Amino acid sequence: MKLDPQSYARMVRRAAPPSALGRDCAWAFAVGGCICLLGEAMRRAYALRFAPDLAGTLTSITLIGLAAAATVPGWYQKLAARAGAGTLVPSTGFANSVASAAIEFKAEGWVTGVGAHIFQIAGPVIAYGTLASWVWGLLYWAMSRGG
Amino acid sequence: MSIRRRDTLLFPDPPAIAAWAAVGGKKEGEGPLGAALDERLADASFAAEGCTSWEDAESRLQQRCIRRCLRKAGVTARQVELAFAGDLQAQCTASAYAMRAMGVPFAGLYGACSTMAEALALAAAFAAAGYSERTLAVTSSHFCAAERQFRTPLNYGGKRTPTAQWTATAAGACLVRPAGAPGVGVASVTFGRVQDYAVRDINNMGAAMMPAAAGTLLACFGALRAAPQDFDAVITGDLGAVGSELLYAQLRKEGFSLDNHLDCGCLLYDRDEQHVKAGGSGAGCSAAALCAYILPQLAAGRWRRVLFVATGALMSQATFLQGQSIPGIAHAVELIAPTGEGRA
Repeated sequence: MKLDPQSYARMVRRAAPPSALGRDCAWAFAVGGCICLLGEAMRRAYALRFAPDLAGTLTSITLIGLAAAATVPGWYQKLAARAGAGTLVPSTGFANSVASAAIEFKAEGWVTGVGAHIFQIAGPVIAYGTLASWVWGLLYWAMSRGG
Repeated sequence: MSIRRRDTLLFPDPPAIAAWAAVGGKKEGEGPLGAALDERLADASFAAEGCTSWEDAESRLQQRCIRRCLRKAGVTARQVELAFAGDLQAQCTASAYAMRAMGVPFAGLYGACSTMAEALALAAAFAAAGYSERTLAVTSSHFCAAERQFRTPLNYGGKRTPTAQWTATAAGACLVRPAGAPGVGVASVTFGRVQDYAVRDINNMGAAMMPAAAGTLLACFGALRAAPQDFDAVITGDLGAVGSELLYAQLRKEGFSLDNHLDCGCLLYDRDEQHVKAGGSGAGCSAAALCAYILPQLAAGRWRRVLFVATGALMSQATFLQGQSIPGIAHAVELIAPTGEGRA
C-alpha cells in the first residue's frame, strides 16, 4: 500500500474536521458564567441569614447537590454535551463526575461497584490536588521560616 | 468447495444467506434505516423484563435478533448447527449469555466492529465446506454497555470531538446455508490482515481503521480481478465520514476511484440530525445495516453484486492508555443477488 505513518498522520490531520472553537467557547462562557452567577446570587441570599464564610460553604453544597440531582435524569450530561468546559470547570462538574460514576457502577454492587468506582474520574483530581497542597504547604513553611 | 486466491476464498457454488434480521434501539429506529429494521426497541434497557444491567440488555437484544432471524427462516434453534457470534463487551459476554439462552453450538468471535463480516465469512466457509447445514452469523453492540467499557459513565458530562463515532445499539443476524438454498449468495470472502499506521487518537477510529479497509479492498480487487466499478456498491462499516474521506484519498493514490461507496456508519444514522458526529460504529452497526439495507437490496434484485467490508479497531482500554497505537482489521464478503429460482 502506498502509505507510511508520517504521511498518513498529515492526511488524518487534514481530513479531521476541527472543533467549532468559537461556538464551543461561547457556550462554555455562557453556561459556565450562568452557573457562577447562580452561585453568586445564592451566596448573597445565604449571606442575608448566615455569616459570609458559612454562606460560601452553603452555596458550594447547594450547587453540588443540584448538579448531582441533575445528573440522575441525564440533564447535566445533555447540557455538558454543548457547554463543555463551562460545565466541567465549576465544582458542579466535579459533582457530576462522582454522581455519574456512582450511578453507572450500581449494577456491580455497593462495595465493589459504587465504592470502588465512584472516584474513577474524580480520583486523579483528589490525588494530585492533595499532592499539590502538600507541596505548596512545604513551600509555604520554608518561605515563612525564611521571612 | 472453494478456491483459494491469495487472502481470498472464492466459492464457485456460493453458499446462501437464507434469512436475516436486524433489531435496533430508539435512536437507530429514528434513523434512515429505522423503517427497515425488523424490530425497533422503544426501551433498549429491557427494564420491563427485569433487566438491571446494560450487559444483560445487550444479550437480550442479540437474542431478540436471533429469534427474529430464525422465525423468518422457519428454523428452530435446535436445527442450528453452529453460531458464530461476537460483540464489543470484554470476553464477548453479550454473545455468550445470548447463546446460553439459545442452546446452539457456539464459537465466539472478537473483531470489534468488523465482527459481522468475520462471522459471515466463517459461516459461509463452513457452509461451502459442508461442515454445517444451518449456520448463524450474529453480532450486536449496545451504546450504553460500550460507553461504560470504553469511555466514561453514561451521565458524565463530556464533549465529543467531531471525529468521534457513536456506538450503535443494534444487532444483526444471518442464517447461512449451503449452495442451492434460496437466498443472497456469498461469492467470496477475504480475511484481512492487521494494519497499523500509528493512529493513537481513540476519538478517531475511522482514521485508525482506514488502512485496514484499504488493504483488504486492494487484496479483494487483486484476487477477484475486479475494480470498484464492477460492484453495485462497495460498502464499508464503520469508517464514518472521516475514515471514508481518507479511504477515497488512499484508493485514488492506488489508482482506484471509489464512486459507489457507502459506509454503514453513515447509513444507520442521519449525521446532521442525530448528533452522532462522524457516524455510527460498533459490531451491531454494520450488522444492522447489512440486514436492514444491503441484503434486502440484493434480495430484491436492485443490486447484483456488492462488496461488504466491515472494519474493526483492535485496541483495548489498557493498550490505549499505555500509549500504543490502534491496529485495524477489515474482512470482506462479496455478496451476489439470488439467481433464478434461488431468489429469496
